[in-house]
Amino acid sequence: MNKDWKNGSGVLNLLTEKMNEIVVAAIILVGLGLIFATILAVAYRKLKVYEDPRIDQIEELLPHANCGACGQPGCRAFAEKLVTKEMTPAKCTVSSSEQLEKIAALLGVEAGSEEKRIARLLCAGGKREAQNLADYQGHLKTCRGEAVVAGGIKACSWGCLGLGDCMQVCDFDAIYMNEDGLPTVIPELCVACNDCVEVCPKNLFVLMPIDQKLIVQCRSLLEGDLAESKCSVACTACGRCVVDGAPGLIEMKENLAVINYELNEVASPAATRRCPTNAITWVEWQQFQPPGKIHSPIGRVEKYRSEVKPV
Amino acid sequence: MKIKWPGNSITGTLASFKHGVHPNESKELTDHRQIERMPFSDHFILHLSQHTGVPSIPVVKEGQKVRRGELIAKPGGFVSVGLHTPVDGTVTAIDLFDHPKGQMSPAIKIKTDPFSPQISRQPPVPSPEQLPLNTFIELVQRAGIVGMGGAAFPSHVKFSVPEGKECKVMMLNGCECEPYLTCDHRVMVEYSQELLDGTSILQHFIGAEAIYIAIEANKPDAIHILDQACQVSELPIEVVPLKVKYPQGAEKMMISAILGDEIPAGKLPLDVGTMVSNVGTIVALSQYFRKSLPLVERVITVSGTAVRRPSNLLVPIGTSMREVVDYCGGLTDELARILLGGPMMGVVQKSLEVPVLKGTSGILALSHDEVSDFDTYTCIRCGRCLDACPLFLNPARLGLLARKSLWDEMEDNHVLDCFECAACSFVCPSGIPLVQSFRVGKAMVREKKARMASEKG
Repeated sequence: MNKDWKNGSGVLNLLTEKMNEIVVAAIILVGLGLIFATILAVAYRKLKVYEDPRIDQIEELLPHANCGACGQPGCRAFAEKLVTKEMTPAKCTVSSSEQLEKIAALLGVEAGSEEKRIARLLCAGGKREAQNLADYQGHLKTCRGEAVVAGGIKACSWGCLGLGDCMQVCDFDAIYMNEDGLPTVIPELCVACNDCVEVCPKNLFVLMPIDQKLIVQCRSLLEGDLAESKCSVACTACGRCVVDGAPGLIEMKENLAVINYELNEVASPAATRRCPTNAITWVEWQQFQPPGKIHSPIGRVEKYRSEVKPV
Repeated sequence: MKIKWPGNSITGTLASFKHGVHPNESKELTDHRQIERMPFSDHFILHLSQHTGVPSIPVVKEGQKVRRGELIAKPGGFVSVGLHTPVDGTVTAIDLFDHPKGQMSPAIKIKTDPFSPQISRQPPVPSPEQLPLNTFIELVQRAGIVGMGGAAFPSHVKFSVPEGKECKVMMLNGCECEPYLTCDHRVMVEYSQELLDGTSILQHFIGAEAIYIAIEANKPDAIHILDQACQVSELPIEVVPLKVKYPQGAEKMMISAILGDEIPAGKLPLDVGTMVSNVGTIVALSQYFRKSLPLVERVITVSGTAVRRPSNLLVPIGTSMREVVDYCGGLTDELARILLGGPMMGVVQKSLEVPVLKGTSGILALSHDEVSDFDTYTCIRCGRCLDACPLFLNPARLGLLARKSLWDEMEDNHVLDCFECAACSFVCPSGIPLVQSFRVGKAMVREKKARMASEKG
């Protein structure tokens, strides 16, 4: 090799030899690239999944809360259902009505109307009303934690424990603990996402349409004085509301007044008037409001006998 | 199956499992006290769900007269047992009453006839040696016999060995690793003949190759008495002293101590060819077949320094806890906490107006000296809970996940295998309520699974 190196022709030979190798390598690589490109091109044609571009657009317009109030696992799944017109935009209870109009305009459909539903607490026994049997000293200051220790300290085993797991779990800050230790749902903020229903160890939250205003705020299955000895606002199963309400509207099941909401149109505050404990109430907008603040002036005002006119 | 002995009789070390803790035993309060029979109280409250599984269905009406040992509620399904009245008397109510678990649950209330005798006048039960297996299982279910160790799992379910499985080793659990409790100890000392008789009845149907009575070494009198009884017995039975360590009495720990076998997660002892029964259960079996007395009373320990006269009592099931405590001289002013069960796994009670259940092994009235309230600090990652957990879980990680409400991740870290022995909470220097948060996590995981199942189906 040293000899070749000394004269010019040897160097040239060496160069062409090396060039040949490079050219061969380049041809192989280009060939491979072409083969793969063909495979990819065929795969792109054959396996292509068409995705409606509107899904992305609608997902952008949705609130990204992934709360599940619409019944779908998340906002994207809801957007897919919207594009296939399986659901109406109004199912999203988190978006404002303007936002819903935008989505409806994009899809060219009606926004639809969805009845507003909010979470209602079926217990009115706060610190003032319900009796406690013990003092909870555990360090796990959650309802769930208290409930695993002999069911919590309240005398009523159905009652709200008042440590605010529902307030913690609410993504929309729609629940605050009032001065009586009861979680109060702010109807303007509640989107009926079901999170508080699932977290409550006593199963006290229920999602209800806002026009179901007659609510029994009690779950106790005890009767009479025994129920009232544990909580001053318990349903004592006296049956007055059954008599006062429209026929068939209210029924006593296992010592608890149960409202048949199929007859909601005939419900009226009349059923609540003679309730001795205020367990059945007429809730106009927000729960646990003192009579002064209530939207409609229905408090329990007993009239003196002299004021009652004979019919 | 080859029996392996991790313990060494030459060097004097005793068989045991890995990990675990050594709480203060405090058994000296009651371990020398003979079992006393408690007189009948005026009322009995018999809950329909005293056992694991489906609640029993009442077969009596209000106002009906019943006699001691009579069936008042029949089994509500296969995983359910019968319920019997412990006294002669009248059914006064079938209504909701406070359950030690905290909720109100349906129960039968019986007013005691003042002339009620303590002997059973029920018709005699046929001799078990002549019975076919399925009749035996049916009778055990009807007799209301459940595991007396605490979980109250129906015994007949355990005794009915499914097809393809075989019980080669039978173990009688007399470990009683919970501090304070001495009821199993006293049962073994005072009812040793009934214990061996019940074992022979069960052995007739199970046909195990070997029977072991596992006893922790802190009960030398029980070991001595049963050892002597075993030597003259015809059964292939042997007493195995085990190291004093908590939770030695958990069935998985006991099997790993005696056989060296580990039960895989989610499997039962029968999957490794063993069956574990509490000694009290076996005595109840003998009482039923020989004296035709179904499970209407059990031995419980009333202990703690806040009770005036700590004792071991034979209590009719359904007696109110207040009556039991009053019989033991009442409570002192130092009372800080009342527990149903042992101090490690027992449940704190908010009221004494709850009855004794079939699974109640003790009532503890602890004074301020015995209860220490730590403040909770953050986890310092010392790893002591990892060394304590008998199942080799990671309580520190599970605790952190519970604090962040990450229930799905807790399930991935096997929180459902935890049997809440509380060894991790016991050793935690930061006083983190680990077991309490695992109970919450287990409940959340189970509820989520139930929701998913109901949505699918």
